[in-house]
Amino acid sequence: MRPRGGIEALPAALAADRDAAFPLLVRALIDGVYSGALRLLGNSADAEEVTQEAFLRAYRALGRYPAARVGELRLREWVWTIAANLCRNRARDRRRRGEETLDPEAALPDPAPGPEARALASAGSGALAAHLARLPWPQRAAVVLRHVTGLPHAEIAAALGRPVGTVKSDVHRGLQQLRRQLEEEEG
Amino acid sequence: MTGLPEHLADLRAAAPPHLLPGVLHRVGLADHYAIRPSILGPVFVAFTRRGVSRVDLAGDPAGFEAAYLARFGRAVVPADAPPPRLAATVDRALGAGRTRGIPVDPAGLSEFQAAVLRSAAGIPPGEIRPYAWVAREIGRPGSGRAVGNALAANPVPLVVPCHRVVRADGRFGRYSLGADESKRVLLAAEGLEIEALEALTSRGVRYLGSATTRIYCHPTCRHARRITASRRAEFRSPGEAARAGFRPCRDCRPATA
Ligand SMILES: [Zn+2]
Repeated sequence: MRPRGGIEALPAALAADRDAAFPLLVRALIDGVYSGALRLLGNSADAEEVTQEAFLRAYRALGRYPAARVGELRLREWVWTIAANLCRNRARDRRRRGEETLDPEAALPDPAPGPEARALASAGSGALAAHLARLPWPQRAAVVLRHVTGLPHAEIAAALGRPVGTVKSDVHRGLQQLRRQLEEEEG
Repeated sequence: MTGLPEHLADLRAAAPPHLLPGVLHRVGLADHYAIRPSILGPVFVAFTRRGVSRVDLAGDPAGFEAAYLARFGRAVVPADAPPPRLAATVDRALGAGRTRGIPVDPAGLSEFQAAVLRSAAGIPPGEIRPYAWVAREIGRPGSGRAVGNALAANPVPLVVPCHRVVRADGRFGRYSLGADESKRVLLAAEGLEIEALEALTSRGVRYLGSATTRIYCHPTCRHARRITASRRAEFRSPGEAARAGFRPCRDCRPATA
């Protein structure tokens, strides 16, 4: 009936019975995909739509792929390949139309008390999410996938279609840029 | 400044609770449910492509959806009504106890439970059978207690009339939908004459026979109800009936022929 175990068991389960296993795939990945999309796009409405669309495309693709290919899929990076592409297109469309995309819900949740939190708070970190939105796309994508959704560099590289070394440097430079922005705000 | 990665990690958010059912609905994998009137008041009726999957007293929709997901591992989302091919039969079952011919989704049922429910589904409205009868009918004589448990866990009460299976001593036993008392309400609504039945069972009578046909029945069998008082024989056991020269009814099967 329902396969047990983590995401490792899912490719085989999806290859055997897509409709039975797909809900498990969604459950395993939906928080990560939504969180990433929320921080890449800056608002929950866009994040929800992209999340829905990404899983819909994944479901349809699973129906087209031969079982052998489904059984070999690295699911998280594969779903993120679809989701990152959707996020990039949507962010670009928004920018072209000159729309403001940040909403209050997307702002930093109440920070845990502590010196770091206070430093960030005094630097106006209620808008950490807003600072993310100011990063150029490759850095923003790399930082969000690495530090918000917690993907390893190799999976980010696969999802974004960029070399691992480039991803690492994008993460590094993205963090540097964020710190600079936060310091500027503080100063 | 340090701690930036930790603050970024704090930006991780749980998906809103409606998003997962929404995704599964978009791809066509969510089940649906509608609210329908029943003899016991409004109920939620959930259905899949294969049939009815769950019936429960209508309450908090979010609670029903969460319990459904936990029980079946599938999302369930509201619909205006059951699909047309189900709507009329479901409403007849809920409103009038006419339970024949409703497809039930057997996903999540053990083989034993599915057999128990199939057997219970064959009991006509207004008639009752003992737990032990179901056990024998499904080829598992002696499993009356397990039958009771399976019926108490019936996911689709009203649609599969588990309320028509009762204790051998005439008491009604547990019920899977709300209070045990609801069983009595349903059987009375289906025309069972509860007081007359209780008068028999309190005297230890378990079967009724016709001196004309020499056939004996469960007291609520439609054939038993037609026996004129003067031609009516009372038995406490199939053995007693057999010794008196009676044979079991082929419809209500009080004993294997
Ligand atoms: Zn009979």
